[in-house]
Amino acid sequence: MSRWVMVADLNRCVGCQTCTAACKHTNATAPGVQWRKVLDLEVGEYPDVSRVFVPVGCQHCAEPPCMHVCPTTATRQREDGVVTIDYDLCIGCGYCIVACPYQARFKVTDPTQAYRQKRMPQEWKNEQPERLGVAQKCTFCSDRIDHGLVNGLTPGIDPEATPACVNACIADALVFGDIEDTSSNVSQLLAENQYFRMHEELETEPGFYYLWDSKSDKNEWDSGREA
Amino acid sequence: MNGINPWLQTHWDWRAAGNFITGGCGSGLLLITAVATLRGGPVTELTLLSLALVLVGLALVWFELGRPWRFLHVFFNPHTSWLTREAIVAMPLLALGLAAASTGWLSLLWIAAIAGIAFLYCQGRILVAAKGIPVWRTPRIMGLILTSGIAEGCGVYLLVIPWLEPETMGEIYPALLTLLLILIGGRLAAWWAYRDSLKDKAPKAALEVIDRSSSIFIAVGHIAPTLAVMLAWLFPEARLVWGVVAGVLAALAGWFIKTVIITRAAFNQGYAVEHSPARGGGKSGPGTKPGWE
Repeated sequence: MSRWVMVADLNRCVGCQTCTAACKHTNATAPGVQWRKVLDLEVGEYPDVSRVFVPVGCQHCAEPPCMHVCPTTATRQREDGVVTIDYDLCIGCGYCIVACPYQARFKVTDPTQAYRQKRMPQEWKNEQPERLGVAQKCTFCSDRIDHGLVNGLTPGIDPEATPACVNACIADALVFGDIEDTSSNVSQLLAENQYFRMHEELETEPGFYYLWDSKSDKNEWDSGREA
Repeated sequence: MNGINPWLQTHWDWRAAGNFITGGCGSGLLLITAVATLRGGPVTELTLLSLALVLVGLALVWFELGRPWRFLHVFFNPHTSWLTREAIVAMPLLALGLAAASTGWLSLLWIAAIAGIAFLYCQGRILVAAKGIPVWRTPRIMGLILTSGIAEGCGVYLLVIPWLEPETMGEIYPALLTLLLILIGGRLAAWWAYRDSLKDKAPKAALEVIDRSSSIFIAVGHIAPTLAVMLAWLFPEARLVWGVVAGVLAALAGWFIKTVIITRAAFNQGYAVEHSPARGGGKSGPGTKPGWE
């Protein structure tokens, strides 16, 4: 069985937010809602300071706290690891939002628009009434995955079967694929690089991996720490 | 747009806090009502008051729902959701409580009181399961929720009983004052254990809110009621006044700290990177956890 995961190469990400825009364009999320976004972090202390760009969103955890707390079973996990929300079951209690340690979930109670006074034509066209008053988040573009698989395509390789944020990434920093397949793009990247997952101490087993250095170039900082 | 430091969650607001306040206090009051029957305490009015408090809490949660008319869906996940379990436990609690109030049968009241404790337990577990909020998810919050709910219930009992049953008050009041002292002592120990468990386990902003509120909680909810109980023992003619003061302060402090924990200190987890990347010809380095250092 496949287990779809996302890999973000922090060495490559330039913080351009193209993935953020692509996600909003594809999923027609409301103003203020970002299923995918890129953090701009400052690391270190003056004068030894650097910037790190970190793509974040739903981590499609193997042990998703949002699913366990959901009183309605609206939040579920597919066999391929994708965590989904059934908008028709959700009561909008917000419990999943406070249970998610990645701040990946949103709830919009009233229709919102980019310009306060006027609703733009595309906002009328992309109205999403089923999302009002319920929890929403990144779906890993599961509709694209499913459509691709039905048509014999490979998610993460064929753009039609790949999440929009990955397709849009200008630096190839975002990679999507099947971690259960040892020859897949993501498996190879994880084999060749050092990586971490965010907030691993919370035992959510996120499906989002961050590459920070290659394995061949074991860095001085890490060697020093081990010593 | 939210930044990179942990920010205060606003999805559970005063309405959610209201459920923890009135639901917890109502459950506690039901237990104290059952205990007080051992010394001839009344059943009907106080049981009804307990149920009313629990119902107010549930109503407040209903007002918080984004899709309130789907509320029956809340019963769909008893396997893992403590919110579902709380809703399920509320059913026998309300039914048995109503039956006890209408018949006066003490056995029903005791079973309802046990359901009330289960309800209170569910409330604590609801918070522990919320992994996204560091000041909620510590298991030590269980002790605080349980002891505070019962102490608040005892406080409300001390407030109400003089007006309700002045003739039986002499029997119950001294014992209840002692019970209140034990309960707030337990709550204080639970508070210290809870605060200790947050050390290095919550964002800086959350800890600042907790620490700012701590002295008020300890002074108003523990030191002042203890003094009031002592005065009630020293001056039997003014026992009623000091008893009411002790009860009201013990209850108010519990409501205060629950409001703080649910709405003011509920900063989310925020973000973290374990390592900064090498990027180009540079070297990788340590990571960062904004808002925690």
